Amino acid sequence: MLVIEKNALSEEIEGYVIKYGKDRSSLLPVLQAIQRKHSYISDFAQQEVARFLDIHPVEVFSVISFYSFLHSIPTGRNIVRLCQTITCDMANKSKVVQAIERELGIKFGETTKDNRITLEHTNCVGMCDQGPAMMINDRVYTKLDPEKAVNILNEIK
Amino acid sequence: MKTQAKINIIKTERTGPVIFSDYKRGEGIKKALKQKKEDILFELKDSGLKGRGGAGFPTSTKWMLTAAAKAEKKYLVCNADEGEPGTFKDRVLLMEYPQLVFDGMVIGGYTIGAQIGIVYLRAEYEYMLEELENYLSNMREDNLLGHKILGTDFSFDISIRLGSGAYVCGEETALIESLEGNRGEPRNRPPYPVNTGYMGYPTAVNNVETLSAVPHIVMKSGNWFEKFGTDRSTGSKLFSVSGDCEKPGVYELPWGTTVNELLDIVIAQNTKAVQIGGASGICIPKSQFDHKFGYEYIPTGGSVIIFNESRSMLNVLKNFLEFFVEESCGQCTPCRIGNVKLLEGINMIERGDFTFQYINTLKELGKTMQLASKCGLGQSSPNAFISILENFKEEIFHTTGNNGFNGKASK
Repeated sequence: MLVIEKNALSEEIEGYVIKYGKDRSSLLPVLQAIQRKHSYISDFAQQEVARFLDIHPVEVFSVISFYSFLHSIPTGRNIVRLCQTITCDMANKSKVVQAIERELGIKFGETTKDNRITLEHTNCVGMCDQGPAMMINDRVYTKLDPEKAVNILNEIK
Repeated sequence: MKTQAKINIIKTERTGPVIFSDYKRGEGIKKALKQKKEDILFELKDSGLKGRGGAGFPTSTKWMLTAAAKAEKKYLVCNADEGEPGTFKDRVLLMEYPQLVFDGMVIGGYTIGAQIGIVYLRAEYEYMLEELENYLSNMREDNLLGHKILGTDFSFDISIRLGSGAYVCGEETALIESLEGNRGEPRNRPPYPVNTGYMGYPTAVNNVETLSAVPHIVMKSGNWFEKFGTDRSTGSKLFSVSGDCEKPGVYELPWGTTVNELLDIVIAQNTKAVQIGGASGICIPKSQFDHKFGYEYIPTGGSVIIFNESRSMLNVLKNFLEFFVEESCGQCTPCRIGNVKLLEGINMIERGDFTFQYINTLKELGKTMQLASKCGLGQSSPNAFISILENFKEEIFHTTGNNGFNGKASK
């Protein structure tokens, strides 16, 4: 990471801390903001968050490791989360999984080579009446079938 | 980064006796702020409203305790971290009936003497955030929120905080930990949040649906509310129905409705089993479909998942246990290790490589988890294991090979 990039990231994080408050309770909103923008929270970002909030960096890592929507290793620009819980599973989720894996040439848990998409399973997204459902970043797509799911994924940049 | 595709939201005309009955934004706040706090508490007590998240703690008691606590600051937290598999009523309430949720919060804040309300919205519902923030701004413009609401001395504001994908944060103390910027690990209780909650201040944590009932009770009285339902479960309940039926969705029905009646409403055919209360709930076979929903019969947070004859109950159980293995916070041993052991047991049954003695040991383990786990997650995760192995032992142990679950096991 270049010094300029580091400084820019530092400044950005300081901005979040000013926005959400210099307080431990701001930790999640700050981390969420970094995650949203950079798709993951790098070691350097973690250290900077710790410095601004005056807590130990390992506390920051501990929190990131707990929550499934926060990542400490790089992910693709778009995170695709397919619901794996019971009703989506019953609504032929496995066919959607096969189609997506075939189309993108990667397995769930992996990232495409062009860094466009990371595939993940997730637990219930609250769309049980319209399954199978998936989320792309913060958006929800429901009533998927293999073709529809693949078409949606092919559209995202 | 964002695509053009629209979120698929199906808005339906909803009808129901309580929550979905008529209500105009702000009218509950207007009426409540003219009343004494005690009168609202008595009205709530008359209504018999209990927590709608599933635990069923009387709301009036929770609010009385919070109101009675002496502190310079108090908080009201709306628990919108609905993560229970098969539950989506909060999604419907927040998207289609925000007036009920937020008016309920303001009335609650007034009643317990809180200055700050926090909505803990699950990360999966982030797409609602903008709309909800706009709604709150409109309320502020109309002086239904903010400084000196409607010209009274009462000031109250609501902020929305996002979760980050942890089922256990639906547990109230884990939710508070998460708000404070920690790992979402449940705390020991006591002390209860009503005394020592967010930042150590008295905090009432209420489910979205509980708060949504409050404006109706204020407008139409506790006695009106109490007329619906049964003796010990008053009012109505939102049921999130999914699985093998023609009309999945959210239905408001009075407590005391039987499982059969609900199955008729959603047009479910060839039903073999119904999972009540989500993954942490219990699974009942056909012979028990005449049971009534209610805290005294089958307590539930409203999740109803229907399985027809073609489903393999073993695969259903496996899916639930995989869920718990992933979502256990790992803090206490019974839950962290116990769920893994139960899942291993299921895999053994699947392979046909098990002894009944060991399965019985696992059932005992399940009962130990119910007693020894620190929070509701570990205390209730063995429910499915015990009830499915008990109620469907014929299918699982006596017949050779299972029907398959869409042909093959999950994943």
